[in-house]
Amino acid sequence: MIRLDVRQVPSLRMSVLSPIIALAVTVAAGGVLFLALGKDPVRVLSMFLVEPFNGVRALTELGLKCTPLILCALGLGLCFRSNVWNIGAEGQFLMGAIAGGGLALWVTNASAALSPWVFFPLVVVAGAAGGAAWAAIVALLRDRFNANEILVSLMLVYVADLFLSWLVFGPWKDPLGFNFPQTVQFAAATEIPRFVRGMRLHWGFAFALVAAVLMWLFMFRTHRGIQLQIGGPAPAAARYAGFSSRAAIWTTLLISGALAGIAGAFEVTGPMGQLTPHVASGYGFTAIIVAFVGRLHPLGAVLGSVVLSAFVIGGQLAQSRVGLPASVSGVFQGMLLLALLGCDTLIHHRPRLARWTWRAAP
Amino acid sequence: MSAPRLELRHITKRYGDVVANDDVGLAVAPGEIHAILGENGAGKSTLMKVVYGAVAPDAGELLWDGAPAAIQSPHDARALGIAMVFQHFSLFDSLTVAENVWLGLSRTVSLREVVEGIRGKAAEYGLDLDPDRPVHVLSVGERQRVEIVRALLANPRLLILDEPTAVLTPQAAEKLFETLRKLAATGCSILYISHKLHEILALCHQCTVLRGGRVVASCDPTRESTASLSRMMIGAEPPRLERRPANVGPLALSARGLALPGHDRFGVALEDVSLDVHAGEIVGIAGVSGNGQQELLAALSGEDPRADAGAIQLFGQPIGRMGAAARRKRGLHFVPEERLGRGAVPSLSLANNMLLTRHEALRAFGWIDRAALRHQASGVLRRYWVKASGPAAAARSLSGGNLQKYIVGRELDAVPKVLVVAQPTWGVDVGAAAQIRAELVALRDAGCAVLVVSEELEELFALADRLHVIAKGRLSPSIGSAEASVEQIGEWMSGLWTGGPGQAAALAGGAR
Repeated sequence: MIRLDVRQVPSLRMSVLSPIIALAVTVAAGGVLFLALGKDPVRVLSMFLVEPFNGVRALTELGLKCTPLILCALGLGLCFRSNVWNIGAEGQFLMGAIAGGGLALWVTNASAALSPWVFFPLVVVAGAAGGAAWAAIVALLRDRFNANEILVSLMLVYVADLFLSWLVFGPWKDPLGFNFPQTVQFAAATEIPRFVRGMRLHWGFAFALVAAVLMWLFMFRTHRGIQLQIGGPAPAAARYAGFSSRAAIWTTLLISGALAGIAGAFEVTGPMGQLTPHVASGYGFTAIIVAFVGRLHPLGAVLGSVVLSAFVIGGQLAQSRVGLPASVSGVFQGMLLLALLGCDTLIHHRPRLARWTWRAAP
Repeated sequence: MSAPRLELRHITKRYGDVVANDDVGLAVAPGEIHAILGENGAGKSTLMKVVYGAVAPDAGELLWDGAPAAIQSPHDARALGIAMVFQHFSLFDSLTVAENVWLGLSRTVSLREVVEGIRGKAAEYGLDLDPDRPVHVLSVGERQRVEIVRALLANPRLLILDEPTAVLTPQAAEKLFETLRKLAATGCSILYISHKLHEILALCHQCTVLRGGRVVASCDPTRESTASLSRMMIGAEPPRLERRPANVGPLALSARGLALPGHDRFGVALEDVSLDVHAGEIVGIAGVSGNGQQELLAALSGEDPRADAGAIQLFGQPIGRMGAAARRKRGLHFVPEERLGRGAVPSLSLANNMLLTRHEALRAFGWIDRAALRHQASGVLRRYWVKASGPAAAARSLSGGNLQKYIVGRELDAVPKVLVVAQPTWGVDVGAAAQIRAELVALRDAGCAVLVVSEELEELFALADRLHVIAKGRLSPSIGSAEASVEQIGEWMSGLWTGGPGQAAALAGGAR
């Protein structure tokens, strides 16, 4: 039998190295998996680990995938550190997409002459409002009725998804769209400005990086940020200090909802250019993994999103080129999370082979 | 004479450059109560961890019943018959007392047998403990009883106790001593870590004194005095507490008919608590742990703002419904009983822990001036002799006594108008305890109103100008500490004052 003894002093070096070791373990296990599926492991692994970074175009596509993941993971990291378990970033993402898309639709229908640079801040505000309003429902139910925020936020994902479907199947459907469930293509004025013509990477990526730095400053350099992080690990200390747990619930949920909403608005006014029933693409859920891979740290969220984006892109490549099932990408992500949690456990515990004893203690 | 139960020879343990134990040797005979005396950081805890198998020594050997023994883990230690009651408890809050004890036992024992076992041991040794209560509602003192009973259930041959009487009344401590004497009479050896000198004189047969990781003396405590033991331990006698008569000013903090229902069916309800603390005086509250101290402190500090607004007043203003931060802003500071997790956040640095109660380093929009914060924290570390690597050290890396010095220092440094302190010197060594007490008296002389809730009578008599006793959620009238006797306060602790809960029960013919 293997026993886990708690280590007296966890090594700081190992806790920094842990994500890297976890990545190495995942790659090794992934290689074995691909071999077992009859594929060339080196070729498939290079699709996950090399090709997403190979060339300018690949890198811009990577940045495009990173943008919503960073924004969602930033808010989730804050929530999780405060012991507020917001699992519904996907729903807040969708409501932000609906708000941002609705604004774009309105501008398109009004044929307003607008610079994309004027529209950019407006769509950020719209997305933030949509996402924050959705998260506010979670905060309200938790605050007033002590409803479990995990369940509420998760269930609201499906409500948001159905609401979007109703819109694009009903009132917002493109009248000239051959009855397809989608809105009209948004006007060019509503498109998020791009870095370079011909590449899909847009200024939302820069926005996400700035948001990560601001979040880092907020969490570690302001009193409110420190307060929020105390409620999770030491609720008695928060009560002793007089920090309000209600304020923590509202602040973290509104911030993370707003960030997820902005991500959604960027997605529909950036690469998509219209609303369809398929806006939900799992970014809000993948961001949970990103947040943990990034140690719930804002700058870690940026690195984590690069890893997970590469996995998503690699999964698509492996599917189209060597016919690997789409679910393999999910399996690969799951293996990374598992390896990471395993490494975490070993940082804090020392495994020891113990004699099997029928009586553990006299 | 038979071989010693436990013998340590030349034990050395280094942590980096720090030598925690340096060539330590001692022998414990069967049935002997052996004291390990030393200040915080003298190496007592490390030595006990070596015996218990939690730490491997760098050099030296350990003999059990005269034969060399390799204790590589606590599991090995338990197999030999070594049990330990730690200073920091390892209990799961969400489980009951019995379930906690059950966790450490073999799977073949049923929970019902554990409950009966606990009841049996508790009765045998006079420890008041309900096995069905969840641990999160227990006071520190009650949690310690769980640990003691858990250790006794293993029928140990060597019992290690780390500061066991820290939270017991004199009567309860005396009961524990009877327990320990009984246990020793059955042949069980006891290693007794303490820096309460009079306990060692009263209880122990042998005493090993550690200073700076080395054995500086090995003596028969029955032939020593507190003064001589203290000299061995710190190399000098502790400074005596200087105190002038109180210069009592206006009323600062008061409670009038404070009543609060318990938080759950195991919580203690406060009934009709009335209390006055004036500027320039120290008021002490004595009592056995678990009699409403936690509830009263939470109501006074603002952690529990359920009281009627007018039931608690600060300088004549009703504050019963205010939160802790609002009360602190009005000058009421509080040092809680639990240091880790309440008085300080374990994972945060000492500098960031300043922010729990101190806002001087904050700038506009709550921006933290890190240089100012570090400077502030370093000041507290220096002035209150906190042993820490610096303001960046995590709170959990400090020993209990050092963290206590830090938290008390942080609140004293704020120059409060009213200071409420729970267990000001629990787990703190003699030198530091004397220093904390002197600081409290100095604060009083500067015109601060001080309320001390402690389970150490000696401390209350030394510190307080007036004393109350809390029993079953009710507060006794106050008595000048010069007029009070230990016996009287001890009786009051059982609720036996005129109109007290014990008295009422006695009048009604109820058995106590």
